[in-house]
Amino acid sequence: MAGSAAKKSVRGSSASKGRSAVRRTGSRRAGVILVATRKGAWIFHGNAGRSAWRADGPHFLGHVVSHVVLDPRDGRTLLAAARTGHLGPTVFRSTNLGRSWKEASRPPAFAKAGAGTEARSVDHTFWLTPGHASQAGTWYAGTSPQGLFRSEDGGDTWEPLASVNDSASLRLLMGSVQDGTPDGPKLHSIIVDPRDPAHLYFGMSGGSVHESTDAGLTWAPLAAGMEVVEGMDAANLAFHDPHCIRLCPSNPDRLYQQNHCGIYRIDRPSNQWVRVGRSMPKRVGDIGFPMVVHPRDADTAWVLPMDGTQVWPRTCPDGRPAVYVTRNGGRTWQRLDAGLPAEQAWWTVKRQAMTLDANDPVGLYFGTTSGELWASRDAGARWKCLAAHLPEIYAVESGVPA
Amino acid sequence: MKVLIPSSLHSYTGAPWVLADGSTLALVLAHLDRQFPGIRFRMIDEQDRVRRHIRFFAGGVALTDLAHPLRPDDELLIVQALSGG
Repeated sequence: MAGSAAKKSVRGSSASKGRSAVRRTGSRRAGVILVATRKGAWIFHGNAGRSAWRADGPHFLGHVVSHVVLDPRDGRTLLAAARTGHLGPTVFRSTNLGRSWKEASRPPAFAKAGAGTEARSVDHTFWLTPGHASQAGTWYAGTSPQGLFRSEDGGDTWEPLASVNDSASLRLLMGSVQDGTPDGPKLHSIIVDPRDPAHLYFGMSGGSVHESTDAGLTWAPLAAGMEVVEGMDAANLAFHDPHCIRLCPSNPDRLYQQNHCGIYRIDRPSNQWVRVGRSMPKRVGDIGFPMVVHPRDADTAWVLPMDGTQVWPRTCPDGRPAVYVTRNGGRTWQRLDAGLPAEQAWWTVKRQAMTLDANDPVGLYFGTTSGELWASRDAGARWKCLAAHLPEIYAVESGVPA
Repeated sequence: MKVLIPSSLHSYTGAPWVLADGSTLALVLAHLDRQFPGIRFRMIDEQDRVRRHIRFFAGGVALTDLAHPLRPDDELLIVQALSGG
């Protein structure tokens, strides 16, 4: 149903109506919300007005699904990063929006260990990023233990990037199961510059932000200005923990970051992150996991703060959930909580569990560890619960089927 | 030889019992993977280590070494140690 509505929209935007008509019609296209959970995946099909949603799922019931992403280049290829508690990690691929799935022939896996080097195996693929618009079939994957992998064939076969996985300097940062993140350190937030397929970023939790300008052959850290936990040495990249990094599509020189230690913005070519979270209300703080940026306005971004005090409960501060928006690049923030529980809501929203669509006004979506899917059709002004009682939500993505 | 497949891997085999040949555990698993592509990696990691929760038995003996020899009349039992919630 969503598919036929989308096709109708495409037909409606005929060439004779010109570019603005295409954009306007584009803002009415029906989309999908892809929900990855600890026990399977769901696809929510929306109508063009985003007022009604149909749940399709579970897919992979019982599998731990870390991420499901629709390829924006073809609007029909879905990749799902999955494992079960009892089987090794793999990637599933669908070319018909989840009606059928086929397992990757060669899922992400580390190279065989050489003499004297640690033998690593992928525990789970954590993050999936479609490649540049000009490189159909290219995908990137970040894993735990930390590794970066690339596919050139639409996610069927994956190769490790030795420049990351076997780099002596990066391996020093990769940590072990003893470090931070409960189910293992993660490589995440793989970003491809929309102007240049050779310009890449990724985040390491922990291990800082890294950048390549040569398609991943070499990497340089991008950590200046980022703070670390009190008492630790900010000069040691291993202590930097970027939780979620986003590049602004309307100004690819600007990135935002939700870090373990605050909210940051950077405007390239500067190498200096600026802690724009300092202007968040003190009682809320600027700690959290997810962050999303407006598709057309680089001054607008949203965060979902979590309690980072004392023992780091990582729940909504005071049990009162709210999204915060900046519309001026982080100088000021406004609270958006209409429709969200007024009290006693102790969710956590993980770093991949918040997303937006490209409509006007922007639709925002997030999923909670308690299995609720929330949505706003008006850029966060008003919230509605689309689903409850799902398993713990790991990731939420949006997409527009072709 | 007959090989018992745990339920979590029936999506590959479509049946609890299948046939596979090989004179060692590694060779039997390789033959299984040729018949049911991808099944081996769900049990054995990229460093040829048996994954957590996966157990192999033949003749009442737990097999921990992929080089363990097997005979054609052996029955290989692949078992999952289920845990978690």
